[in-house]
Amino acid sequence: MKNTAKISNHPARTFSVEEVRKDFPILSMSVYGKPLAYLDNAASSQKPNAVIDALGQYYRSENSNVHRGVHYLSEVATKKYETARVTVQKFLNAESEREILFVRGATEAINLVAATFGRKNIHAGDEVLITELEHHSNIVPWQMLCEEQGARLRVVPINDAGEIELEEFDRLLSGKTKIAALSHISNALGTVNPIKRMIQMAHQHGVPVLVDGAQAVPHLRIDVRDLDADFYAFSAHKVFGPTGLGVLYGKANLLESMPPYQGGGDMIKSVTFEKTIFNDIPHKFEAGTPHIAGAIGLAAAIDYLDAFDWNVVQHYKQALLHSATETLSAIEGLKIIGTAKEKAGVLSFVLEGIHPHDIGTILDQEGIAIRTGHHCAQPIMQKYGIPATARASFAFYNTEEEIHTLLAGIRKVKKVFGHV
Amino acid sequence: MSDLKSLYQEIILDHNRHPRNFRKMEEASCSVDGYNPLCGDHYTIYLKMDHECITEIAFQGSGCAISKASASVMSTVLTGKTRSEAEELFEKFHHLVRGEVTGDKDAQYLGKLAAFAGVSEFPARVKCAILPWHTMKNALEEKKETVSTE
Repeated sequence: MKNTAKISNHPARTFSVEEVRKDFPILSMSVYGKPLAYLDNAASSQKPNAVIDALGQYYRSENSNVHRGVHYLSEVATKKYETARVTVQKFLNAESEREILFVRGATEAINLVAATFGRKNIHAGDEVLITELEHHSNIVPWQMLCEEQGARLRVVPINDAGEIELEEFDRLLSGKTKIAALSHISNALGTVNPIKRMIQMAHQHGVPVLVDGAQAVPHLRIDVRDLDADFYAFSAHKVFGPTGLGVLYGKANLLESMPPYQGGGDMIKSVTFEKTIFNDIPHKFEAGTPHIAGAIGLAAAIDYLDAFDWNVVQHYKQALLHSATETLSAIEGLKIIGTAKEKAGVLSFVLEGIHPHDIGTILDQEGIAIRTGHHCAQPIMQKYGIPATARASFAFYNTEEEIHTLLAGIRKVKKVFGHV
Repeated sequence: MSDLKSLYQEIILDHNRHPRNFRKMEEASCSVDGYNPLCGDHYTIYLKMDHECITEIAFQGSGCAISKASASVMSTVLTGKTRSEAEELFEKFHHLVRGEVTGDKDAQYLGKLAAFAGVSEFPARVKCAILPWHTMKNALEEKKETVSTE
């Protein structure tokens, strides 16, 4: 797998899916009397005890506001919050923790860049480059910015397999391009984009790159310096951490050159009615009381993941996706949408004559959680001429057995509709 | 546990497979689009009115089995009905898919539509069943804007 880096040579734990499943209490529940088969990880991942306990411990014995008080609890909360930032910095291999901003999620991270970097640097006649693979969260903020500034949104097409047309990407990069905003892994199709190469191509034209890593961070080891990404965004809840917390990595020189995102407490050094002096990065971008527990929870998720050898986990997940692809491909009338050579975690499909929404309802009755719909990527659905897909998405706690449950479930769907 | 058979009744599967009045109506008195952005269901409902009477109803579009069968059954039930009868059925159908119909009298009145009673056990699917009805109601009221069930 490409883009892997920084593998620990001495994992603290040997990976075993049976042992891992014990760490996630929700995985042992039943739904309608059937064991839960949670195959909706691209929408949100489940949480290990390590994260649930870290949240509980924070609210039970560490809770206070950060960067404010002189009292004991405020110091504890501040230390834990800032330590979480360092944990994320190391996780992404960023140069400095000053480059790690805590935000609400990948969506807010992208909106932050559009509202600050974008408003400052993108003007009438300029262009923003995205791809046909993007999630709505990496389309709409740029569309809004372009509308506001009189700039133009350009879209790199994908081929029938769901891979970005790199020649078109190269062709669309020009002196007018002020930023390229690219997904690392497609949430709807699972395509892993050659992001390092694309960043190099963009940089050759002097174009900075924002990477939407929401789907990539759970699957790949991210090294922002190796990638040379200018911005990298992800959400904690997709990487086994809490909801409501995301990360924006930005190169320090870029963050320093950008105006603040929101005004308020914590983002200032001094305020008078005449003038406010803004705080240094990262705090300049964190107005108001942050999601302290969320950051601590994300750090707990990262520590939990870091105990494993990522190469082993990666190999297991790729084998699982391969097996699921083989198993489902054999079903008559089933078509897999998105057949890129490099894929991770996601298997989108349609069944002839049966709408994905009906598939979802019938599988649900079997205890199988999948996502159905357009996956917040309507342009991709338009590309394939379909209204929606059914999507199974995998995490390292999923099993071969769950793939067989999915297969049996899809057979049941066909039976209900008389397509046996 | 909710019963899949109560949702996917034979009549619903049949109307999904072979939707009735599934065509574009060139000479419609009124047509309105209905859209469910969450699942992508999208239908156009066409009405031909003679004064207060629905003389013809047709639909086009795509969506799940529940929404398509709902549009199809609705089209057969409403042909020949007056505006006020259609509005009354709209209300009764709403009650039905929300699980609020209890009396036999209501069930009798609903006829074929009673097949959709099972939808009430699947809250996520209620909007699928009511999308064509909302769209029809807007067409009746000659409201042109696209109906959305989100």
